[in-house]
Amino acid sequence: MTDVGFSATRRLILQGAGAVALLGLGNLPFGLTPALAAANDKYPEEAFKAKSEADAIKALYGKTAEPSDKVKMDAPEIAENGAVVPISVTTTLADVTSISFLVSENPVALVASYKIPAGTLPNVANRIKMARTSNVIVVVEAGGKLYSANKEVKVTVGGCGG
Amino acid sequence: MASTIRVRATSSGETTEVQALIQHPMDSGFIKDAKGEIIPAHFIQQLTFEYDGKNVFTADWGGGVSKDPYVKFAFKGGKKGDELKVSWVDNKGATDTTTAKIQ
Repeated sequence: MTDVGFSATRRLILQGAGAVALLGLGNLPFGLTPALAAANDKYPEEAFKAKSEADAIKALYGKTAEPSDKVKMDAPEIAENGAVVPISVTTTLADVTSISFLVSENPVALVASYKIPAGTLPNVANRIKMARTSNVIVVVEAGGKLYSANKEVKVTVGGCGG
Repeated sequence: MASTIRVRATSSGETTEVQALIQHPMDSGFIKDAKGEIIPAHFIQQLTFEYDGKNVFTADWGGGVSKDPYVKFAFKGGKKGDELKVSWVDNKGATDTTTAKIQ
């Protein structure tokens, strides 16, 4: 919360840049980047650098998650190919604003973080990479609090090895 | 150039289910090639979905998302024939965007 001022300034600058892009450079491919950034919150660079899931969750949300049986994760028991592991999540929690996927044993724990605006359902499916057998953690932000679900997925062929 | 984004958006009346499949290497920066050299990180960082001028879904991705990423979500509303705009930007600043008609 310490960088609120910075973010607001940045947002203004980006909005300005976006407007310029729309007016003059709208047909150039790089005109899109500031427009995107202005429309949304910025990409959580730091969280995607964190090695451990605890650090990533802290960088992303600034708080810790408590396990909840209202967060339902659908993941395979065994993934034959760690490069493509289908994981989905649904929750009965109300006021969901964000859903994130983390893999403890990956070089970078945070895999994906989704922003859920009002009116979007708190159900997400995606495909992730897993370096080896690991806990997969789903974090759901609902009503300003964090809830999580955990599941160990066994990987027979890793998706991040050389 | 053909779009890298394939989107299917299906309205059930109350909600619209969206599935997107994108062509992208999603290199994490941790994998070595056959010569033992690290393949530099190259992955989509942000993917956004806009409907009716509003953001309905944003994905922030790291290198841990699978190659040729797939994502599925659903939002309330969305009329058949309306357009859904999908855009991504990767860590090298490349972007792509497309619009899909809700079916």
